[in-house]
Amino acid sequence: MHPVRKKRLTIVLFLLIGLSIAVALTTYALRQNINLFYDPSQIAAGEAPVDVRIRAGGMVQEDSVIRDPESLKVEFKVTDFTSSVLVEYTGILPDLFAEGQGVVAMGRLDGEGRFMADQVLAKHDENYMPPEVNDALEKAASLRAAESTGAAESSTGY
Amino acid sequence: MYPELGQMALILALLLASLLAVVPLVGSVTGREQLQAFSRPLSAGLFVFVALAFALLTHAFLTDDFSVAYVANNSNSMLPWYYKFSAVWGGHEGSLLLWILMLVGWTLAVAVFSRRLPTVMVSQVLSVMGMVTVGFLLFTILTSNPFDRILPNVPADGADLNPLLQDFGLIIHPPMLYMGYVGFSVAFAFAIAALINGRLDAAWARWSRPWTTVAWSFLSLGIALGSWWAYYELGWGGWWFWDPVENASLLPWLSGTALMHSLAVTEKRGVFKSWTVLLAIVTFSLSLLGTFLVRSGVLTSVHAFASDPERGTFLLILLAITIVSSLTLYAFRAPVVHVRARYAGLSREVFLLLNNVLLVASTLLVLLGTIYPLVLDYLDMGRLSIGEPFFNLTFSPLAVAAGLLLGAGIFSRWKKTDGGWLGRKLLWPLAASTLVTALVMVGYGEFKPWAFVGTFSASWVVIATFWDLWEKSGSRKGRLYGLKRQSRSYYGMVLGHLGMAIVMAGATIASNYGIERDVRMSPGDTAQVGDYKAVFVETGNRRGANFTAEYGRFEILDSEGDLVSVQMPEKRQYLVQRNVMTEAGIDAGLFRDIFIAVGERVAEDAWAIRLQYKPLVRWLWLGAIFMAAGGFLAISDRRYRIRDKVRDTDVPVPSGSKAGKPAEAAS
Repeated sequence: MHPVRKKRLTIVLFLLIGLSIAVALTTYALRQNINLFYDPSQIAAGEAPVDVRIRAGGMVQEDSVIRDPESLKVEFKVTDFTSSVLVEYTGILPDLFAEGQGVVAMGRLDGEGRFMADQVLAKHDENYMPPEVNDALEKAASLRAAESTGAAESSTGY
Repeated sequence: MYPELGQMALILALLLASLLAVVPLVGSVTGREQLQAFSRPLSAGLFVFVALAFALLTHAFLTDDFSVAYVANNSNSMLPWYYKFSAVWGGHEGSLLLWILMLVGWTLAVAVFSRRLPTVMVSQVLSVMGMVTVGFLLFTILTSNPFDRILPNVPADGADLNPLLQDFGLIIHPPMLYMGYVGFSVAFAFAIAALINGRLDAAWARWSRPWTTVAWSFLSLGIALGSWWAYYELGWGGWWFWDPVENASLLPWLSGTALMHSLAVTEKRGVFKSWTVLLAIVTFSLSLLGTFLVRSGVLTSVHAFASDPERGTFLLILLAITIVSSLTLYAFRAPVVHVRARYAGLSREVFLLLNNVLLVASTLLVLLGTIYPLVLDYLDMGRLSIGEPFFNLTFSPLAVAAGLLLGAGIFSRWKKTDGGWLGRKLLWPLAASTLVTALVMVGYGEFKPWAFVGTFSASWVVIATFWDLWEKSGSRKGRLYGLKRQSRSYYGMVLGHLGMAIVMAGATIASNYGIERDVRMSPGDTAQVGDYKAVFVETGNRRGANFTAEYGRFEILDSEGDLVSVQMPEKRQYLVQRNVMTEAGIDAGLFRDIFIAVGERVAEDAWAIRLQYKPLVRWLWLGAIFMAAGGFLAISDRRYRIRDKVRDTDVPVPSGSKAGKPAEAAS
C-alpha cells in the first residue's frame, strides 16, 4: 500500500478505536450514574424504583427531625405538602439544613418506603430553592388546587 | 457622579471597540495602511476607558456608595477593605466587567508585544479581539450594568458579600481564571486572522504559541486556586466535585492543553494546521460556553448569581454567533491549506496526535456529562443529574493513558522513530516506575488497582522526563554544561510534565488512601484518624470583624502521643446575612493534611465532627504551580526574544545574552 495511505489508515484506525472505547465507556458509565429526581408524591405513589440510586427533594417538615442520641444518625421527613417521605441519614448535615428549608437528598429507597440517604444537599443561600424542589412544590400545590375545586373543572383539564 | 462617569466610560469603550472591530479589518482587506495603523491606538484607548470604568466601580465599593445597586447588593460598610476590593468581582455585573478588563488587557498586550508581526496580521488580530469586546460590552451595558443606581431611596447599608466569598481565595481565584479564559481569545483571534488571509504557516504557529501558553498557565493556576478554595472553604475537604461550574473551567483547559501541543507540531513540522486552527476556535468557544453556563443562571452553584433569562439568551446568541461565524470561515478557508511534510506511523507527530485524541476525548466526555442534564431539562425530558462516578469512571482511564503515552512520547523523534529502539529505551523507565509504584503500595499498606495504575502512570512520567533530561544533558564538557545548554522551552516542558505527574499522584493517593470520619464528639473526647489522634479539648467564642464564631479547640497527636498541632475549626455566623459558615482547621503538610471541621450541634454538649486524613492532597495544587511555572519559563525562551532583538537593532545578538524583554506580554 502507498505509505501515505497506510499512514492515513493507521490514524483512522487509531481514531476509530479511541472513539469506540470512549463510546463504550460513556454509555456504560452513563447507565450506571444517571440519578433521576422524584418528588415525595411520586415516591408515595410508588413511582420511584426501589434500591436504585435516585434523588428526592422537598421541604424538611417542621418538627420531624429526630437525632439519635448516640451517633450521627438523623431522621427527618421531606414533604411537598401533599405527601411526605421519611429520610434516614448518617453524617454531617449541611450548614443551611433546617426545618422548613428545601433540601435534595441522594440515596436509595428501601422496601418499606424509607429513603436511605447518603448525601444531603441544602444550598448555600437561604433564599435559594433547588429548582427540582420548586417544581415539585408547585406541582403538588396545583394538584391540590385542582382537587379542591372539584371534578367539574378537571374535565376541562389538559 | 462617579458612577455616571463609569457608565460613560463604558459607552465610550463600546464605541472604540466598535471602531477597532471594523476599521483595521477594512484597512487590512483593502490594503490601506492608514486604516490599519488605527489598530494600536484604538486598543490603547479601549483599555484606558475600560480600566477607568473598573477603577470607578472599585471606588464606589471602597467608599461604600450604596446608591449603586451592585454595591448595595454585594458589599457592606462592616466589610474589611480588602473584601470590599474583591467584592468588585463578587457578583455578576462586576465579574463581567473584570472579564472585559482582562479582554482589553490582552488586546493591549497583543498591540504592545507584536512589533515584529506584519501590520496586516496585527490589525486583523486586534480587530477580532475588538469584535469579542463589542459583544461583551454590549452584554454589560444592555443587561448587566454595574453602575445602575437605586435612587432616591438609597439603602442605609449594603446586603453584604456572600460570606462564602469573603476569603483570600476569592481575591485571586477569579482574576487568574479570567486571565486564562480570556487569554484564549488571543489564540482565537490569531486563528481567525490566519484564516482570513490564508496564512497558516509555521510563523503563525510561533506567534500564537506563547500567547496560548500564557493563557493556559493562568488557567491552570485559576483552576487550582478554585480547587484549593473549595477544599478549605466550601467542600468539607473535597477538592473536585465535577460540579458543572468546575467542568466549565476544565473544558477550555483540556482543549487548551491539546491546542498547546498541536501548536508545537505545527510550529516545528508544519503539519496539523487545520486541526490546530479548529482547536483554537473550539477552545475559545468552550471559554464562552463556560461563561454562558456560569453567568446565565442555567446552573445553580456558588458561582451562579441572580439569574435573569434575558442574560442567558444574550450570551447564548453571542456564543452562537462566535461558533457559527468562525466555523463557517473555517469551512471555507481551511481546505486552502496544504500539507507537504511527511511523517512515519511511529514518530513524535503521531504521539502528539494521540495526545490530542485523548485530550479531545476527555473534553467531549466532560462536555457530555455537563450538558446532557441541561439539555434534557430544557427539552422537558426529566430532571436528572450525572454523578461524580460517571466522571471518575470515564476520566481516570483517559488521564492514565495520557500519562503512559507521555512517558513514551518524550523519547520519540520527529519524522520517524524506530519501534525497537524506542522499546529498548523504555525498558529501564518501565522497571524503575514499577519499583516505585510497588514501594508506594507497600508504604501505604494496601493494594488498590486504581491507586496502582495512577501511581504507575505518574512515576512513569517523572522517570521518563528525568531520563530524557539526563540523556540530553550528557556532554563532553560536563553535566552542568549540558544542563545549561538545554533551552528554556525544554525546561518549561519538563516542568509542565512534572506538574502533571504531581497532580496525578496527588489525585490518586488522596482519593485512594484518604480517610474520612464523621464522628459525634463532646469536649474531652478523642477520635482516631489514620495514625493520628484528635482530642477535642474545649469550645469557645470569638468575634471577628463582621461575624461571631464558636470554635472548638482540638489537639492532634501522632501515634507516639506527641502533640503535632492545635487546630481551632469554627462555625461562623455572619451578622448581615445571618449565614452560618464552617471554617475548617487544617494542619497542612507536604505529605499529608489533617482536616477538622465542626458540623452541627447534635446535643447540648455534642457536635458532629468531620475528621480527615488527606495524604498528598497539597500535590494537586503544587502540580498546578509547576505547570504554570513551566508555561512561563517556556515563553521566556530565547527564540521568542532573539527575533525581537534582531528586528529592533538589526544586529545579531550574542547567543549567551540575557538581555531583551522576554515575552512577558501577559503581565
